Amino acid sequence: MRSRSPWLLLLPSLVLMAALFGWPLVQAVLAAFRDEGGFTLAHWQRLLTDPYFLPALRNTVLLIVIVLPVQLALAIGMALLVQARPRFIGGHFYLWCVPLAISELAAGLVWLSVFDNRGYLNSLLVSLGLSENGVQWLSYENTTTMLLTVVIAEIWRATSLVFVIVVAGMQVIPRDYDEAAQVFGASLGQRLRHVTLPLLMPSLQVALILRTILALQAFAVAQALTGRDFPLLVGETYEWYVNLRNPAVSSAVALVVLALSLGTALLYLRTVRQPEGAR
Amino acid sequence: MTIDVRDPVRPAPMLPPVDVAPLRRARLRATGVQAACVAVSLFMALPIVLIGLAAVSSRAALAEFPKPLVPSEFALDSLLSFLRATGTLPALGNSVLAGLYAVFWSLVVGAPAGYALARHAFRGKDAYQMFILLVRALPIVVLSVPLATMFLRLDVYDTVLAVTLVHTALALPTTVLITASIFVSVPADLEEAAQVFGCTRWQAARRVVVPLALPGLAASSIFTFVLSWNELLGATVVTLGHRTLPAQVLTSLAEASVAYRFAGGFALILPALLFIFVMRRYLLNLWGTTLR
Repeated sequence: MRSRSPWLLLLPSLVLMAALFGWPLVQAVLAAFRDEGGFTLAHWQRLLTDPYFLPALRNTVLLIVIVLPVQLALAIGMALLVQARPRFIGGHFYLWCVPLAISELAAGLVWLSVFDNRGYLNSLLVSLGLSENGVQWLSYENTTTMLLTVVIAEIWRATSLVFVIVVAGMQVIPRDYDEAAQVFGASLGQRLRHVTLPLLMPSLQVALILRTILALQAFAVAQALTGRDFPLLVGETYEWYVNLRNPAVSSAVALVVLALSLGTALLYLRTVRQPEGAR
Repeated sequence: MTIDVRDPVRPAPMLPPVDVAPLRRARLRATGVQAACVAVSLFMALPIVLIGLAAVSSRAALAEFPKPLVPSEFALDSLLSFLRATGTLPALGNSVLAGLYAVFWSLVVGAPAGYALARHAFRGKDAYQMFILLVRALPIVVLSVPLATMFLRLDVYDTVLAVTLVHTALALPTTVLITASIFVSVPADLEEAAQVFGCTRWQAARRVVVPLALPGLAASSIFTFVLSWNELLGATVVTLGHRTLPAQVLTSLAEASVAYRFAGGFALILPALLFIFVMRRYLLNLWGTTLR
């Protein structure tokens, strides 16, 4: 009885996950490689010749490559500020965490009010006399400014998650190490480089990989800001399924996202979980 | 901070003059830290204030360019017309229902699993935990299309039940991890004591463990609700007429007016402010430690 009972408790969750994750996963793979006549690569050909696919792939990767380092640096800086225990830190902490609960779509709409042609940023620029009619931030001709707006919105929305992970990681580092380094005359930069950051490494890795997986799934920010002018991979799945009514190609795009995520997740398991178990 | 080390009763011994430079440096540093904090807070809060102002501007004030920071005329008509727009109120209802159902089912299914992980050492535990981690890495986008097909066949497509199922599945891995960490923190001794006094295993769990774990379970529920409230892609793909609120806003974006977008965005954000306020004590444990 004793040895059987944990599996009895685990069983419902296993069944539900098998039904809602396992089965659809198999179906998705089948759908992407099959049509009425059996095995086919036609969906992939259609996808690869689609003018939106490669830009979407490029934008998704570009977004991750730009956003992640900025977020990591910003989050470490914010965590160090918390560590310094300034006044009103409770209020600051609350504000810095609010984006945790804000959805991608809402974040996109928030920044739309700023970057819109007649939005707050252009209003500011014009009233300061820096620009005559404002900048067309979200115009499809300006790929760079579109990227910039999506990058800013993503940094705003998702830095909180990295921040919370880094702060939690910093709290378990004993203060003695830092104080010892201080006693021996290490400067702030030296202490950061040789004491805090190495000890923080596990948290940083987790944050990095979790954010990569989540950033691969980003689409609503870009959708709210630019529509399809700034395509992202998951946005393409949505487009193929909801607007073009083609589940097969939609599944194919989804599999690309899956492959990228699984690659990251494996990296996660190899680099992060193992040392933790070895400790 | 006392710098004055002289004893007030006895005459002061000959002390070297107090060096105030370190003190001044510390004060300067505190000011710098505070300034940096304020800058980050502004970056985080200002956009929310801006969309809030945009949402309570009158149509005329919204059309103005260049816009003043504080709108020239306040009006609730954007928010009201957003609420009155076709589909908004039913979508709001669907969102709340799907969120509550997802909280219920993920706890009913996930909490026992979390309990098992916390209390039992058994073969296959590592494999189960690995499985949970892998499931967390699966992007919902892969699952939503086949799930939609599956739901069509099972005749639950375009219902709150369909959205509930998707969100329960999404929340399940995190619920298992969170509840496991909560049950670990409830001492097993108490449970054993209850059993010594004649409770069955089930009674001990229900009367002793659950009350002690309640605050943590509440935090986990809010986490699930937020996840469900914000989830967009799955909800859009498995519904057609019975949208959740984010799905409704997303599908109306193309033909929506600027006022609708700002009012919709603001309406989606308001609960977030409340969630984080309620959860602020649990934030570090939940997002920072348990779920990494």
